[in-house]
Amino acid sequence: MSENHRIQDHHYEARIFMHRVLVAAVVVLGLLGMLAARYYNLTITHHDLYVTESEKNRVHVQSIAPTRGLIYDRKGRLLADNRPSYTLSLIIERVENIDEILVQLRQLVKISDVDVERFSRARRKGRRPYEAVPLRYRLNEDEIARLAVNEYRLEGVEVEAQLIRFYPYGELFAHAVGYVGSINQRELDAMTEDDMHDYASTRSIGKVGLESHYERKLLGEVGYQNVETNARGRVLRVLERKDPIPGKTLQLHLDTDLQEAAHSALSGRRGSVVAIEIATGGVLVLASTPSFNPNLFVTGISHKDYNALNTSLDKPMYNRAIQGQYPPASTVKPMLALAALHYGVNDEKRSIRDPGFFQLKGHKRKYRDWKKRGHGNHVDMKQAISESCDTYFYDLAHRMGIDRIHDFGLHFGLGARTDIDIPNENGGNWPSKAWKKGRHGLPWFPGDSLNVSIGQGYTQATPLQLAEMTATIAARGVRKKPMLVRTIDGEVQSPVEVERFNVLPRHWDIIFDAMREVVHGRRGTGQRIRRGAKYEMAGKTGTAQVVGIKQDEEYDASKLNARHLDHALFIGFAPYDNPKIAVAVVVENGEHGSSTAAPMARKVFDAYLLDEKGKLLSDAAQGDLFAPQLAENEL
Amino acid sequence: MNQQDFIRRMPEASSHLRRQDGIWQKLHIDVPLLILLLALTAFGLFVLYSASGGDGHYVRRQGVFFILAYIAMFSLAQVPLAMMQRWAPWLYGWGLILLVLVLVMGTGAKGAQRWLELGGFRFQPSEALKLAVPLLIASYFSQRMLPPAFKHVFWALVLITLPTLLIVKQPDLGTSLLVATSGLLVLFFAGLRWRYIVSAVALVIGSAWPMWHWGLHGYQKQRIMTLFNPEADPYGAGWNIKQSKAAIGSGGWDGKGWLQGTQSQLDFLPESHTDFIIAVLSEEMGLMGVLALMGLYLLIIARGLIIALKAQHSFGRLLAAGITLTFFVYIFVNVGMVSGMLPVVGVPLPLVSHGGTALITLMAGFGILMAISTEPKKVGL
Repeated sequence: MSENHRIQDHHYEARIFMHRVLVAAVVVLGLLGMLAARYYNLTITHHDLYVTESEKNRVHVQSIAPTRGLIYDRKGRLLADNRPSYTLSLIIERVENIDEILVQLRQLVKISDVDVERFSRARRKGRRPYEAVPLRYRLNEDEIARLAVNEYRLEGVEVEAQLIRFYPYGELFAHAVGYVGSINQRELDAMTEDDMHDYASTRSIGKVGLESHYERKLLGEVGYQNVETNARGRVLRVLERKDPIPGKTLQLHLDTDLQEAAHSALSGRRGSVVAIEIATGGVLVLASTPSFNPNLFVTGISHKDYNALNTSLDKPMYNRAIQGQYPPASTVKPMLALAALHYGVNDEKRSIRDPGFFQLKGHKRKYRDWKKRGHGNHVDMKQAISESCDTYFYDLAHRMGIDRIHDFGLHFGLGARTDIDIPNENGGNWPSKAWKKGRHGLPWFPGDSLNVSIGQGYTQATPLQLAEMTATIAARGVRKKPMLVRTIDGEVQSPVEVERFNVLPRHWDIIFDAMREVVHGRRGTGQRIRRGAKYEMAGKTGTAQVVGIKQDEEYDASKLNARHLDHALFIGFAPYDNPKIAVAVVVENGEHGSSTAAPMARKVFDAYLLDEKGKLLSDAAQGDLFAPQLAENEL
Repeated sequence: MNQQDFIRRMPEASSHLRRQDGIWQKLHIDVPLLILLLALTAFGLFVLYSASGGDGHYVRRQGVFFILAYIAMFSLAQVPLAMMQRWAPWLYGWGLILLVLVLVMGTGAKGAQRWLELGGFRFQPSEALKLAVPLLIASYFSQRMLPPAFKHVFWALVLITLPTLLIVKQPDLGTSLLVATSGLLVLFFAGLRWRYIVSAVALVIGSAWPMWHWGLHGYQKQRIMTLFNPEADPYGAGWNIKQSKAAIGSGGWDGKGWLQGTQSQLDFLPESHTDFIIAVLSEEMGLMGVLALMGLYLLIIARGLIIALKAQHSFGRLLAAGITLTFFVYIFVNVGMVSGMLPVVGVPLPLVSHGGTALITLMAGFGILMAISTEPKKVGL
């Protein structure tokens, strides 16, 4: 052994070492005790806290969107459907580099510039955190497969099956049914806490039309499930589930056959046709042309498409049936004649001499009849209505006075919104002295009444209002609220009677007879539509001036811009002896109610009253409506 | 000859010696230690199976590592202590060279160079230093008067610091701390005077501030900050601690059941089969499982200290005690860090965490303990 060893004191060293080992043992025991205490603290003392924390990690609540309620027409044809569609979406918060992932995705599926543009817009819009932003809708099977294969390298990319609203009839019902679209920032801001809960996983909301008005009924109730997820958010199993309740099914009064008839009659023109079932106030036709394809809006419309719709002079997105306010022109004449009878201003036998114009006493101005030479020396009420004699009504209105005209018109719904069950309705205008004072600060002039008597001047009405007026006449004073929805989840919505206005039956008979004469009379303005009819109709034509025509100046169509041509109007009901349907037609710049508008009404009458072979339908056949199926959760 | 005389003179001791000199003695195996290690190995594999999500792959791999580790242990147990003592400086020297090579041409990940690649085989030289340093320091002091003089303490510190700094440079904070600890513990057992220890502690505290400013990497600071306030960044740096605490705490007294831990099985717990494996144990077997494991560890440490106390020479004593306490430091740092008591420094749980190199080093250390324990008794002064 070395020298070193010899001088070492082994006993002393061993004692020191023993001492050090003891110290070490004590330290080891102490520190192990500390660890044990720490683990005791975590596992026993704070056990509940950490159980909660680990459960919070694992269990997540997911909301399940309810299936939106379906919309059927009166005969059970599906107007708004939900179709399964596979959507490629990105969860922005989980994507590292959006541009990079877009490049990657473009190699796998077809993504157009329009898709990207729409995606970018959706991204900028307000949305809930971790809400997937859709990039491509309607993936096909191949695309789904390619995405599935590459899923592992596409963090934040999701392919989900969704039900997407689909409108099988496209533009036919765009103005009545409306459309749904993605929930936007404004709508999000307007939501209460409860709304947020109800829309927890619903991406779209009704924007216009029935989709908007019945939004809450169509929406349904959100469902929930507790799911177990792993750290990467993948759902491993469902622990608990409360199924969503699908939205309610709407069945409409609208009839696709009639709507199609109206649309094809209107084809190529700007105008509107509204038809009302007299017994219920149910709206059978609500057509406004030109229309648009509502399916474009469901998944977000592109800038290009939207601009095209928005800047078109024809205003396809403008719902003429409820928003368009037109001079009702001569269509108000039957109602005014009734007023004259009612107030005893005229009886049906009183006749006037019509030189082709009317002059107020002491005034030079000539109020012209549409017929330059006048309607003859003995124009009575029936002739005045059937030939639409302006001079007769100038005289009538002048003697009746605006107050009575105004009061009487209110009973037919003029000047007020009908409260139909779609939003954005306009109320037109049915002027009074008070109105003019308030609006223009001017007193009422006798000439104003003359303008009202031929439905010009300050008078304005929507096609829907005209249809309601017509239905009220046809029902002999019973005014019902026009409604689009007939049943909700199979439950019939009872018709709402707004007013029951009493006029002597004899007076009604006179007006009915005169209106029948319009179509069936020898010189009736609407006579051309009676040909081949299997039933009798009553009606009234109208031709509304778009631009003012100066005193003594004659209307000359050839000199006018096409958009300054007169509007053509027609109101009518059928069958004459048992009125079932009332129709109002307005054709912008259609020139003549008799030749343009009236034939359109006839097509709607035919579609409603005749079967496919052109035979008159029995009452029973007409009442034979479809009981719609209720929506189910399809996904 | 001397021995014979000794035995003859002390007959009651001879029976004792004969009993020791059995088959295990010849094989250089310390039976109690072997039994404890086998028990720990089995327990470790059991936990690992669950921690790796019931995937047999990791368990098979770990099984292979264990076989290699046991071979390393048996091999080292056969080496005479004198030879170890002679080779210690060479081992240490080679280790230093390799560490320099790592810095020059090493490979690694996440901005750290920790491995050397030789013909497709990859290893971590810093691991070897975990044994080389205590071997060298024990060898150094076994030839000197104890308690050590200041001069010797100084040189020992230099020998410890060199590899430590090289490993810090990689950077690998966890391993460098363990290497330094393994040397310092030998120094402690050599009888380092308390006044040195007290002044050293004072010095460390005094230099903590400058260290913090330019001695530590951003990620190291981050780890320490995370320890003190893990909730500050629950989805970033604090995630590991938050999740491991939830795993440990939610286990309760008897756990959620083997393979039933939601934190570990659903991947909320990061590094569940390596550094954070004790959280899996706690979640699935509760405090009971943790205490059982700690009990096993405590028995191994006790056995190691007994071997140290029974060793005949200061080299064996110092080395056995140093290795045993280093083993404890592993345990303490890992178990402490996973429960949020200590900074997360990347120390695996010995003999349980998945990983080959650390396992082999540890078992080699136990091989040395066995060599010390079964060293033929020599009579002598």
